Amino acid sequence: MSDAALPDGVERREIDGTRRLATRGEPVYGEPTADGWRAWNPERSKLGGMLELGLETGLTGGETVLYLGAASGTTVSHVADFAGPTYAVEFAPRPARDLLDAAASRDRLFPLLKDARKPETYAHVVETDVDAIVQDVATRGQSDVAVRNAEFLADDGRLLLAIKARSEDVTADPETVFEGALDRLRETYEILETRRLDRYHEDHLGVVATPR
Amino acid sequence: MSDTDAGPDANAASDGGGGWFEALPSDAADGNDIETESDDDATAAAAARIRDGTAPAPDDWPARAVESGFVDDADEYYDRLKAATTRATRDAVRERERADDAQLIHAVRAMDDCERVANELAERAVEWGGSLFDEVDPGIEGAREIAAREPESEVERRAISLAERAVELDGERAALAETIGRIAPAVAPNLTEMAESELAARLIALAGGLDPLAKKPSGTVQVLGAEDALFAHLSGRAPSPKHGIIYTHEFVRGTRPEDRGSAARALAGKLTLAARADHYAGERRERLHADLRERMATIRARADDGGTSDGADDEATTDGGTDDE
Repeated sequence: MSDAALPDGVERREIDGTRRLATRGEPVYGEPTADGWRAWNPERSKLGGMLELGLETGLTGGETVLYLGAASGTTVSHVADFAGPTYAVEFAPRPARDLLDAAASRDRLFPLLKDARKPETYAHVVETDVDAIVQDVATRGQSDVAVRNAEFLADDGRLLLAIKARSEDVTADPETVFEGALDRLRETYEILETRRLDRYHEDHLGVVATPR
Repeated sequence: MSDTDAGPDANAASDGGGGWFEALPSDAADGNDIETESDDDATAAAAARIRDGTAPAPDDWPARAVESGFVDDADEYYDRLKAATTRATRDAVRERERADDAQLIHAVRAMDDCERVANELAERAVEWGGSLFDEVDPGIEGAREIAAREPESEVERRAISLAERAVELDGERAALAETIGRIAPAVAPNLTEMAESELAARLIALAGGLDPLAKKPSGTVQVLGAEDALFAHLSGRAPSPKHGIIYTHEFVRGTRPEDRGSAARALAGKLTLAARADHYAGERRERLHADLRERMATIRARADDGGTSDGADDEATTDGGTDDE
């Protein structure tokens, strides 16, 4: 549980009597705060879970990020707190309304109502050579989405992916699903680290990868 | 809402795969502008480009924007991008939400009214026309034939005019159906994909909205629209209805009668899940559609096996488990 793997701008702070991951920014979803730091709940955020479990995300703070599957902005708001320009792609209009609220106080968080399976519909907006792609989309073909979006990632960039087994196949054994997904990823990425996120997210695999 | 609204600098041919800012007026062109209105126009034009534009591949857009003189530096680029993406997303969200379930209910009820009144007027016009001209087909088609005539007397003029009204109302019904086809996918993407626009709209209308529909158990959805038969059954006068409005779905109607109960039950189960996904999540769930296709293939395969009643009995015990996730 060392803090070495945490990017600048993410710290363990004493909030409500416990040491918790936190970033500095406007609260978004009613999370507890202390001294301007807002608690980052690893049970509500796959990336939060990956950081809490000590995965080597390669994030240092200040980087350019493409976030796929931003939903209501819970996680992406924390990312924008410590990162640089952050592109937040979300497909569904209902959560996108909350995403707009989360983005309002963050002037380098760019909300985009786009389908992550169709990168050509936002390639005219999102720049190349982003330092990290964070992906949390709950659709089938999660690896495909990561592969299609590889064109945005810098050669030494990081893909931080949470694979949800149930989105691929509710009946199959999660291990089998993860293996299939990783095989597809290996066509484009080199897998650096994987870790089950079950402590916070059941049947999810956290993946850190870099372009081949 | 086109790029050309932006001003004299805007280039109409803008979708050549460049960045969102290309073909938009640059700051340099405005000079030191203090007109907030033109700023607003520029943001609107940029937002339209962000929503509708495409590019085959990304590029180093911040650097390209500085090179092209669109902005002076990366900071200004990101400020403009922030304004444009916020505007684009807010507009898109509003547009999608305006196409709400209440509008869909109005549209489907208006369509039914138009159809009913058009048919009534057409019958009257055909009956009247039959006494004045040659016999014509009944219904709207007959009214169309009468409406095409030239009146030669005061009475003919009235009969023909009445037929014209019926035809116009039928046209309004068709226009409403088209509108429903356009807004239903925005209101309820999963339900519409599963049920087609009209049935999706009818289910929402019968339930009184997407929210009440999402809260109904699948057994209720199965018999929505068959309330008369259901109450006859509840007072002990009739067997329970197997299906309500979902009978119009090909999966029910196209299944042989002895398996229709199973088909209706399976379809209602998935429609219920689709309505819940639409109401609570709003995003497409591929899994639901695949599950339903699989389930229907199984039910229809019974007809090929030649098995009848015993297969249907198995169904009753296993369905509860498979229809719910």
